[in-house]
Amino acid sequence: MTDAPSLSDLGIADPTTELFWKACLERRLIIQKCRSCASHQFYPRPFCLSCESDALEWVEAKGKGTVYSLTTVRIPVIEALEPPYVLALVELDEGPRLLTNIDDGPARIGDRVTLAWRERGGLPPLPIFRPAGS
Amino acid sequence: MTGLADTPIYIVGAAETPLGKVPDQSEFSMVALAAREALSEAGLGFRDVDALFTNYMGEEGSVQLGEYLGIRPRYAESSDMGGASFEFFVHHAMLAVAAGRCDVALVGYASRQRSRRNRKRAADAMDGSLAAQFEAPFGIHFPIGHYALSAARYMHQYGITPEHLAEVAVAAREWARLNPKAWSRDPLSIDDVMASPLISDPLRKLDCCLVTDGGGAIVIARKDRARDAAKRPVRILGAGESHVQWHVAQCPDLTVTPGIVSGHEAFGMAGISPGDVDVFEPYDNFTHGVLLYLEDLGFCKKGEAGDFIAGGRLRPGGGLPSMTSGGGLSYCHPGALGILLLVEAVRQLRGEAGERQVPDAHIAVAHGTGGLAFSTASTVVLARD
Ligand SMILES: [Zn+2]
Repeated sequence: MTDAPSLSDLGIADPTTELFWKACLERRLIIQKCRSCASHQFYPRPFCLSCESDALEWVEAKGKGTVYSLTTVRIPVIEALEPPYVLALVELDEGPRLLTNIDDGPARIGDRVTLAWRERGGLPPLPIFRPAGS
Repeated sequence: MTGLADTPIYIVGAAETPLGKVPDQSEFSMVALAAREALSEAGLGFRDVDALFTNYMGEEGSVQLGEYLGIRPRYAESSDMGGASFEFFVHHAMLAVAAGRCDVALVGYASRQRSRRNRKRAADAMDGSLAAQFEAPFGIHFPIGHYALSAARYMHQYGITPEHLAEVAVAAREWARLNPKAWSRDPLSIDDVMASPLISDPLRKLDCCLVTDGGGAIVIARKDRARDAAKRPVRILGAGESHVQWHVAQCPDLTVTPGIVSGHEAFGMAGISPGDVDVFEPYDNFTHGVLLYLEDLGFCKKGEAGDFIAGGRLRPGGGLPSMTSGGGLSYCHPGALGILLLVEAVRQLRGEAGERQVPDAHIAVAHGTGGLAFSTASTVVLARD
């Protein structure tokens, strides 16, 4: 009997991020939360960076954040994105920062942003953001 | 533990490889040429080398370079600390020589990234790495995107202006105009920098370093091992190193670099303070980096480097001569500049820098950085004996 290839078999995930990308397929952004000290972290690790506990669980992020930094990319980098586009670091209200894109701008550092999703035909959708209220 | 004051260690030879566009050599032959020159300055040859340090010279860099040069070391390292690896290597070689684990350490590197056009813009997609999963799909340029995010945050947080960044590029160019080996020697004004196209805001083309071929070699030993030296040995007073993040989202504060640790360590070991530095050779991969290092190494307070360099402090004739070769911005950036920062510092301390010589240079600092948005840092303090 052969299992269908996992996302990690396909090089899309690794064994520790398989659940994250599966959640993306359902348009849920999940991050790790520590049961001992209640801090959140991302990307996932088998221990808490804050208190070194191994009591971690996946929780769904609320999908709200603040722009920590951003740049408008004006040269071609990958085929899927035609410049100019906005590359940003978004700090989730739970704490962790994500590298992401901001669509439907304009956006500035300090702006509030809301989770959105970018389809990638066949691959798990990507968590991106748009200005809150847009 | 005895201090290094009891066992002074020196850079006894330093040389550049061919620079710029090098169509007629391989990376290995380039290192061989520079290493021969650096060793001959010290009255030494390949057969005297018993420690080898390199980066980016293949999967097992020191093994591949050792084979090419006919060196079988008893101490070897090819750690990848990005462009700062060579400052890390000086730190490690200094300790290894002082501890008696080796006598003559060779540090070498060369790249033909301009001729080969082999610089990549993006991480390899779908290799399962964290960068492929969480960075590449968002179209981040490696490494300009990481550095642009750092520059944007730094400027936002501290009111640093594009003109402040442009002053760094102009200072580098003023030095390059005095260096016959520099790649870019045309006059450059603040307005010219501001008029160059945005690549990834706020970084403009002229905020970014060159892409050239090049490299270098340095030799580290006790002074008595270079008895027949043709050139004056330069003492290694101190060194330090650190690193922080690989993925830009993991950096807790993009306005602070690991130079805050490496500088403190190196200056502490050397017993100097920033005011003692006659020549500063910062790794100017992007203009705002130089501002961050000035703050992190304690030349000025956090957020004040823009004002600190105004009035031409880093330029020829300024109070803190910096990037005296023309730096990565105007002289040469062969993918990893760290080795050439050391070569230039040595030349300044020997008094052989020609038109760009800083008068009475006694203490020089080479400050390397590497990786993605200042992942790594290593600081080396050198002194004329
Ligand atoms: Zn915890």
